[in-house]
Amino acid sequence: MEFATFWLAATPLFAVPLIAAALGLILNERAGVLNLGCEGIMLCSALAATAAYLETGQSVALGLVVAIIAGAVVALGFGIFVVILRTNQVVTGITVVFLGSGLTGLIGVPWTNVALGGLQPIHIPGLTGIPVIGRFLFGQDPVVYVVLALVGVVSYALYRTRIGLKLRAVGENPQAADADGVNVEAYRLFAVMAGGALIGLAGGYLALASAKIFVFDMTQGRGWIAVALVIFARWMPWRALLGGLLFGGIEAVIPRIKAEGLPIPQYFLEMAPYAVTLFVLIYAAIRLRAGQDAPKALGVPYVRQDRR
Amino acid sequence: MNAALELQGVHKSFDGNPALVDAFFSAAWGEVHALLGENGAGKSSLMNMVCGLYAPDTGSIKIDGRAVTVDGPLAARGLGVGMVHQHFKLVATMSVAENILLGHGKGGWRRSLRSVRGEIAGIGARIGFTIDPDARIDTLSVSEQQRVEIIKAMIGGAKILILDEPTAVLTDDESAGLLTQLRLFAQSGACIVLITHKLREVFSHADRVTVMRGGQTVDAGRKPSDFTPEKLSALMVGEARVYQIGEHLPPGQVRLELKQLSARRDNGAVALDRLNLQLRGGQVYGLAGVGGNGQAELAEVLMGIRAPKSGVLELEGGPVPPASSGRLRRHGVAHVPAERYLYGLAGDLTVMENFVITHLKDGRFGAWGWTDRRAFERETDAAIAAHNIQGARAATRARLLSGGNAQKLVLARELSGEPGVLVAHSPTRGLDVRACAAVHRALREASRAGTAVLLISEDLDEVLSVADRIGVINRGRIVREYDAPADRQEIGRFMVGHA
Repeated sequence: MEFATFWLAATPLFAVPLIAAALGLILNERAGVLNLGCEGIMLCSALAATAAYLETGQSVALGLVVAIIAGAVVALGFGIFVVILRTNQVVTGITVVFLGSGLTGLIGVPWTNVALGGLQPIHIPGLTGIPVIGRFLFGQDPVVYVVLALVGVVSYALYRTRIGLKLRAVGENPQAADADGVNVEAYRLFAVMAGGALIGLAGGYLALASAKIFVFDMTQGRGWIAVALVIFARWMPWRALLGGLLFGGIEAVIPRIKAEGLPIPQYFLEMAPYAVTLFVLIYAAIRLRAGQDAPKALGVPYVRQDRR
Repeated sequence: MNAALELQGVHKSFDGNPALVDAFFSAAWGEVHALLGENGAGKSSLMNMVCGLYAPDTGSIKIDGRAVTVDGPLAARGLGVGMVHQHFKLVATMSVAENILLGHGKGGWRRSLRSVRGEIAGIGARIGFTIDPDARIDTLSVSEQQRVEIIKAMIGGAKILILDEPTAVLTDDESAGLLTQLRLFAQSGACIVLITHKLREVFSHADRVTVMRGGQTVDAGRKPSDFTPEKLSALMVGEARVYQIGEHLPPGQVRLELKQLSARRDNGAVALDRLNLQLRGGQVYGLAGVGGNGQAELAEVLMGIRAPKSGVLELEGGPVPPASSGRLRRHGVAHVPAERYLYGLAGDLTVMENFVITHLKDGRFGAWGWTDRRAFERETDAAIAAHNIQGARAATRARLLSGGNAQKLVLARELSGEPGVLVAHSPTRGLDVRACAAVHRALREASRAGTAVLLISEDLDEVLSVADRIGVINRGRIVREYDAPADRQEIGRFMVGHA
């Protein structure tokens, strides 16, 4: 009982970065841009959030806003490379990962390993006290509810607005979108930046709420898990929410098991999220025919037929 | 009255190769104007300038008497120009209404969706199309997708509608229906430009005709009735020779046989339905049919890259395990695939590398573990000369060859091992008359040398002119077989399943 209560209560703390990053990646990939730089963008925004928080009188809101801006700016840099200059998306994305890791290690020293007050959960008397699910549903910090709302917003935007329609068209068939007067490059850049902002939120939340500290390479592969999550979610926001909760739950159970003192090797536990990711990908490849749902122009730079 | 569309002195070159040389064109309001020419004559290039896909190097475009610059598809639409391309520009995973919304929505999502549905129905009623606005594009047939393109252009306010070979993907009945509807649209005051290479359509449905050849306008704006078919085709092709079929030899032994072969498409739908087929040496078997009736899957089964669901593939009397491309090749099955640069050639490798790739195992080019580059070059040069592959040297990258010469390279390679069976799928798609003739001659000569040739083609005229025996495929089954010569009308009826 106790175990389940604490475990469920801690799950959103781990799930939110994954969900926000996966939402951002869905925006990217729906527009046809494969952004493997997610991990690097999360690191940059985690550092930006920490620095802003520590330097400006410990405002979580400001920290998160700075993280969102940092995510969008790094993503814009990535976007200029892959959308305008049409560099290889895979190679450029991986470069961003190493750039983010190295850069935050280099300039992040003053803000590294400083414990933060960070973001605190809200408390609703009565509701929060409900056994087992009370803290899970009603005792989270505000960002959890914001990200929950964002799932709906992204879903609505993709399927019920003309901007979303054009964004998806650009990822499915840029030639057709171009012929209909949609500016393919502008929409892809927009999607990369909007997605980058969400990935930035994920990074900022990771530092200010999940870990409440910035350390070198603190994302520990969560950006990559988000990349896998998008495939598992078949590029649909609601499924990314479910997948994020699943993965977040697995991450959240590790500290609980340690606290209970169960005799399971530490390294095995820490391997678990990645092992599960691998199995999920295998399952998706076999059962869900994952490739079928992928945007058709994913990862393919768009070159208009020669009009020189 | 001003001409609806007028182009003058248009030059355009790609990579230094002139595609259009001083081309001109003029069409009036209220007419169906045919733009006739063979593949590569410059018809599409010329019209792509009107719809804003290409910019002319020099030359002027006038619409309704006013000089305009068309610097993009949006600008073209603003000027009342709509174009239906050969390759439809539709998003396959979206609905009809969503595809139309992509270019035309106004106001809120629901309101614009509702108004688009209304417009689809309205235009449909006006020109006799019905289309479900909520159907996903990839569930529609090719002719339905074409209707969506036409409706899209009309909702965009097109008064000048350009159609690039619209009947290439349609059955004879569908073509006649479409052309009649276009005629009605023209009579309401619009201008229709019909890009085509089919003389029949010009005579039956066009008010006037402009002929292009080699990037130039060779005859402009006369009535079709001013020409005889012979005159018009001479204008179109210049001095090309049409390949005449030789005598039919008695068929040889069965080299490849399919028994009760079934296969599925990638999406699980039935593609081949207990199909039976015998290919005999010394015979060209022409498989006619409307595209999408299982031809692609049949070719893939014969290439060994698609596993059949059930049934037997027998080669020289013995069964072959399914989906084993290497084994089929070693047993002498050669392929000329429809997707030249997907399965036929590696564009970035040289002509020589492409030529030898399938023969590395047969010992001609060195034993196991090493290769004999001298032998490579010697045989490649011999093949280039023998098949008259123009613009090719052993070291040329295959991507740089023109369509016809790339196809000759594929043929040269596939025929060089003296195969027992040759499967050619749409081998002349996109080629000009001269290259077509060369391909047809190569197929005939291979069959005379004893090879069993399967020619899968959506061009009935091609099948009729080359094949010794003709089969008709419809919904994954061979519904009829004939010995040549056969009745064109009857085959056409079996192709569309009306008989």
